[in-house]
Amino acid sequence: MAVFSAVVEVRLRPGIADPQGATIERALPALGFSGVTGVRAGKSFRFAVQARDAAEARATATALCDRLLANPVIEDSLVTILTED
Amino acid sequence: MFPGTNCEHDVVEAVESLGGVAELVWHGDDNLRGVDALVLPGGFAHGDALRPGAIARFSRVMAAVADMAAAGAPVVGICNGFQVLTEAHLLPGALQKNRHLSFLCQMTELVVSSDRSVLTRGIAPGRRLRVPVNHFEGNYTASPEVLRRLEDEGRVVLRYVDNPNGSANDIAGICNEAGNVVGLMPHPERASSELLGSTDGAVLLRALLEPSGAGTAGPPVAVTG
Repeated sequence: MAVFSAVVEVRLRPGIADPQGATIERALPALGFSGVTGVRAGKSFRFAVQARDAAEARATATALCDRLLANPVIEDSLVTILTED
Repeated sequence: MFPGTNCEHDVVEAVESLGGVAELVWHGDDNLRGVDALVLPGGFAHGDALRPGAIARFSRVMAAVADMAAAGAPVVGICNGFQVLTEAHLLPGALQKNRHLSFLCQMTELVVSSDRSVLTRGIAPGRRLRVPVNHFEGNYTASPEVLRRLEDEGRVVLRYVDNPNGSANDIAGICNEAGNVVGLMPHPERASSELLGSTDGAVLLRALLEPSGAGTAGPPVAVTG
């Protein structure tokens, strides 16, 4: 068994309204940022997974996303298995 | 109740003022003691960590709640309770942050949109009710297919007259196919006495307590989560 680092990004699905991203985007011109569009807010999680290999670590992290970290009604997730310690 | 639930005593008070018998059930309990109906009250279960209802869904009591729902017994989620029921997949859709990111604590005017739920049975569709909301994540969201189904099957139970939070189709409350599982963002228990500024919430709770509308004393209701 080895320990893998997982990074998960949970994002609102395309087409789902994002009031948080929209509010951030509206504030940008006042801060002098022009030409920045398409702001979407999400969540990021990092955790360590014990697994035999990277594929198993990915399977565990993906199952964790589907069951808890993301609400599949409105969100999807991107799993990255980073390093092997 | 879950850790962080904070409306349970208000619901007990409202139910008992209507002649019902209420008892509190802890979320770690898996025995609902043979009650006839369940209310999942509002609050911030598990501090709303991750998403409202996301952790509560895994509480021990939820298996018993799902059994009661499947058996056709009334299960009503108010506010955070509604969020828990969607996370538990006992109701479709999800509740997102309010439009404009405003925390809302205000009276709202609702219109009864369907009488085929345990909370609106016997109440004429079109009737208007004044019931307050108090939430940050009450913006009902679902896929176009789910929304269409809810509309076609008469499962949108309550709508806002003046949509405060951006909910799709002005939805304030929905029910499952059988009508026995209901979720709503407004708090009927907070509109159950003249002292609170409205008794319209009691209209809904009475429908829950008196299935026949015959005015009999209500069945025991457990307030859980």
